[in-house]
Amino acid sequence: MSTELLKAVAASNEWWALGPEIILACAALGLLVLELATPKAQHRFIPHAAGMALAVVLVGVAFNFGKIWDGEELFGGLIRLSLPGQVARVFFLLSSLLVCFLATVCLPRARVPRVEFYHLLLVVTAALMLLAQSNHFVMFFVALETVTIGFYILVSYYRERASSLEAGLKYLVLGALSSAILLFGIVLLYGAVGRVEAGGVVHTGFEFGTVLTFLRENPGNFLATAGALLVIGGVAFKIGAFPFQIWVPDVYQGAPTPVTAFLAVSSKAAGFAVLLLLVHGAFAPLAGVLVPVLSLLAAATILFGNLSALTQRNTKRLMGLSGVAHAGYLLIGVVASFTVPWAAGAVWFYLFTYLLASMAVFGVMAYVAGPDDIGEELDHYARLARERPFLGAVLAVGVGSLAGIPPLAGFMGKLLLFLAAFHAQLYGLLAVAIVGVVISIFYYFGWIKAAWFESWTPPAAGTDSPARPLPAGPKWVGVAALALLTFATVLLGFFQAPLSGWLLPR
Amino acid sequence: MLSNAQLLQLAIATPLGAALIIACGLPKRFSTKLAAAAFTAPLLIALWLWSQFPAENAHQYAYLSTTYTGLAAFGISLKLGLNGIALPMFLLAAIVGLAAGLYALRSGAERLKLYLVLLLVMHGGLLGVFASVDIFFFYFFHELALIPTFIMVGIWGGRDRNYAAMKLTIYLTAGAMLSLLGLIALYVKSGANSFDLIELKDAVAAQALAGHTQNWIGGLLLLGFGTLVSLWPLHTWAPLGYGAAPSSAAMLHAGVLKKFGLYGLIQIAIPLIPLGLQHWAWKLALLAGIGNVLVVGFVTMAQRDLKQMLGYSSVMHMGYCFLGIAALSTIGTGGVVLLMVAHGLSVALLFLLATSIHHRTHTFDLSEMGGLAQKTPVLAAFFVAATMAGIGLPGFANFWGELTVFVALWKFSHALTAVAVAGVIISAVYGLRAAARVFFGPASEQLQRVTAQHPPADLDWKEKLPALILLAALLLFGFYPKAISQPVDQALNPAPVTLTAPAR
Repeated sequence: MSTELLKAVAASNEWWALGPEIILACAALGLLVLELATPKAQHRFIPHAAGMALAVVLVGVAFNFGKIWDGEELFGGLIRLSLPGQVARVFFLLSSLLVCFLATVCLPRARVPRVEFYHLLLVVTAALMLLAQSNHFVMFFVALETVTIGFYILVSYYRERASSLEAGLKYLVLGALSSAILLFGIVLLYGAVGRVEAGGVVHTGFEFGTVLTFLRENPGNFLATAGALLVIGGVAFKIGAFPFQIWVPDVYQGAPTPVTAFLAVSSKAAGFAVLLLLVHGAFAPLAGVLVPVLSLLAAATILFGNLSALTQRNTKRLMGLSGVAHAGYLLIGVVASFTVPWAAGAVWFYLFTYLLASMAVFGVMAYVAGPDDIGEELDHYARLARERPFLGAVLAVGVGSLAGIPPLAGFMGKLLLFLAAFHAQLYGLLAVAIVGVVISIFYYFGWIKAAWFESWTPPAAGTDSPARPLPAGPKWVGVAALALLTFATVLLGFFQAPLSGWLLPR
Repeated sequence: MLSNAQLLQLAIATPLGAALIIACGLPKRFSTKLAAAAFTAPLLIALWLWSQFPAENAHQYAYLSTTYTGLAAFGISLKLGLNGIALPMFLLAAIVGLAAGLYALRSGAERLKLYLVLLLVMHGGLLGVFASVDIFFFYFFHELALIPTFIMVGIWGGRDRNYAAMKLTIYLTAGAMLSLLGLIALYVKSGANSFDLIELKDAVAAQALAGHTQNWIGGLLLLGFGTLVSLWPLHTWAPLGYGAAPSSAAMLHAGVLKKFGLYGLIQIAIPLIPLGLQHWAWKLALLAGIGNVLVVGFVTMAQRDLKQMLGYSSVMHMGYCFLGIAALSTIGTGGVVLLMVAHGLSVALLFLLATSIHHRTHTFDLSEMGGLAQKTPVLAAFFVAATMAGIGLPGFANFWGELTVFVALWKFSHALTAVAVAGVIISAVYGLRAAARVFFGPASEQLQRVTAQHPPADLDWKEKLPALILLAALLLFGFYPKAISQPVDQALNPAPVTLTAPAR
């Protein structure tokens, strides 16, 4: 390699700007090397190494948060640095760090190779971060596929279990379908836009900026509109929005608990990051079409999610279906963001509160589950508060926050979304959301009831089901992680300054 | 030395902080002492603030303080202060909170520490509700106080506790969500883009809301607050919930928390959307007059369970409050504040005594009691006094509240005044009949069996003290209603309830 090239690379800040993703990718490879290079007795430290890598990158991104080159395009327009992109990076790193923690709780119970899990986790995290900053449909698709393929493997990670494999297969088939829809949409856009020459530079319909210009100049173009809608459909699959939510309950149930949490939080957030990126970037001129479509999607998603969660007794399916409902509330925020600019910040605020609460609940689920984490029912939570008061309290705070009960963070998330919707005059959607919230109280309350109020019911004598062993109490790392999540959830309920400063600047 | 505004903050922070300390694992014997101190401190501060309440205030509010929580750009900040309407309610919350706390300390409930933590959170939330100038935090503190109620009913509740807790949660959450929507509507439609009540009032004074906007916001608020205050026919959660709730939770909820909706209507709806309320006034008055006072009144007469009866009677008395609000006059509004304080004290006392009766008879069934007065004369005296207060006998605070509401109502509608006065007779019938069944006449066979096993003792000092506090307050406000009426008058008179059409 010539010295000139090296100098040119060193002089540009393009690679530095992608430092977090590059470090993660190197760390992912490093984990595999570590496994080869170290004796087997030391392998138990590999998860810690993965966690350390995530934590270091998280701290690095957080400390350099303000020092990005906002709006700068890198690598010939493949990547665009932006404030929402930075927020997304922080979000995905935080989420993966917590998934890493969940994995250290759950994976030792199953006889599976462990190192690959963390390897995949880091790779998928890096891809998620790239996805949220992409500015080009090729970059977008490659990042999305990296994420999706990583999830195919992660979902079926318990490869000796039929249910995990079944979930993986379902996710594979439906995921491939959604990828096909997405790709078809991209191709339609590419075909409609064609090649544009401006100032001697050739632009294609892969670039977000070119698509934006084209849509602005040809507002009624049928092909391009159809393409945009198909892309949105592909994204809706990630979010789990109606009618693309079919996969959610089965896949959530079959996947290992850490992967379920990863799907519920990161995958959903990635969908919203991309959706916000597209509707305020490339597809902005299509507001007239997108607003009614997304509104309809939001209303149907809220109602479907809440009504189908109503009768669930299996906790993972419950989390999945109630997650569908959360996607619906978030879609209201997306619709509102067409007229109220700060609504996008409100969506991110909601996602952060959702992350904190969901991870706390999944953490409790991981401890309660025992070796079989597929058949975890609400009944298994009976007497939890009495025997493990700490887990009971964490569960109550997490579930309460998901239900949107003040004074917890989830309520503030909902309030900001509703405020945005009110400003945007989305009264119909608000009414649907209120109905949804009231329905959701029923099933979330049922969960708290199972953990707290059923504590005096003596175990029925003479039943054939063997007595469930007491869930293992968390060790100090677990206590610290869950306590931090709980504390943050309570704190953000009445003191929002830590998040509002950079999510909701006014 | 702390300023009065800081004292107000301290009054709210003390119970919440104590709850946090106890929850973090304070040993039990320290916990009870700390809890007792944390229940007492707010009352001392409230009495001090009441004595210092100035006659003239900027914006009608005293002891203002603002704490930013990070959403100042959205017009949300923790703004505390008291005006003439908030002051008596704050005092009520402090008095009933202390009584409920003292009663809980001696209750010997299972998992006492958790019980105290929840009760302290509830107490802190209640104090916060009435001290909030920011209507977002007004709502926020209400929910903070409401959540412990659900949990307390669910864990320590009597029969049907699971069903009662579930029903309570769903009804009250639905009501709270609707009222939240109404508050957000005010925030957006007033153009103030702030939840600060003073700014909202300024914005409305500069440009009143259009008539139809006032109408639908009024409808939302009445529906939401109405559910929370148990307006007929949305009242069914109340008797069930109070029937199941443990005594201290019932005291605080029926006595204080339920007044949240009425307080919201008086403090927020009347100044901001008077025309909206006027639009619904007759419908509200008919629902409250026929539904709450007459229908629920007769239902109360038919109750055989003492606690259910008290639950229904509190629903019925809320009817008077709604009637006073529907009258939309300064005297009616002032009367409702008086009645809220008086009813809060008397219903809390009744719930307390009902539980004390249950300790001695082991039943709430009226037909299985009798003759308790001979064995427990002090308890009987307290109960009869509380019943008299509930009926509205002169000498008790309730009398002044009901009287002023009736006077205001007379201008609104003669027929409804007649209904309301008939309600007094109804409440006299069921109140006196209950007192007679419990304390006089021959004891039932079952009761004789129970009393043979556990000879009933009269009220001990630990039970007497909270009851005495409540009764003393009832008598104080009965003989010296000016203690409440003066600040209320001061808050209402410079801005009397007016019904002028807005300039469009």
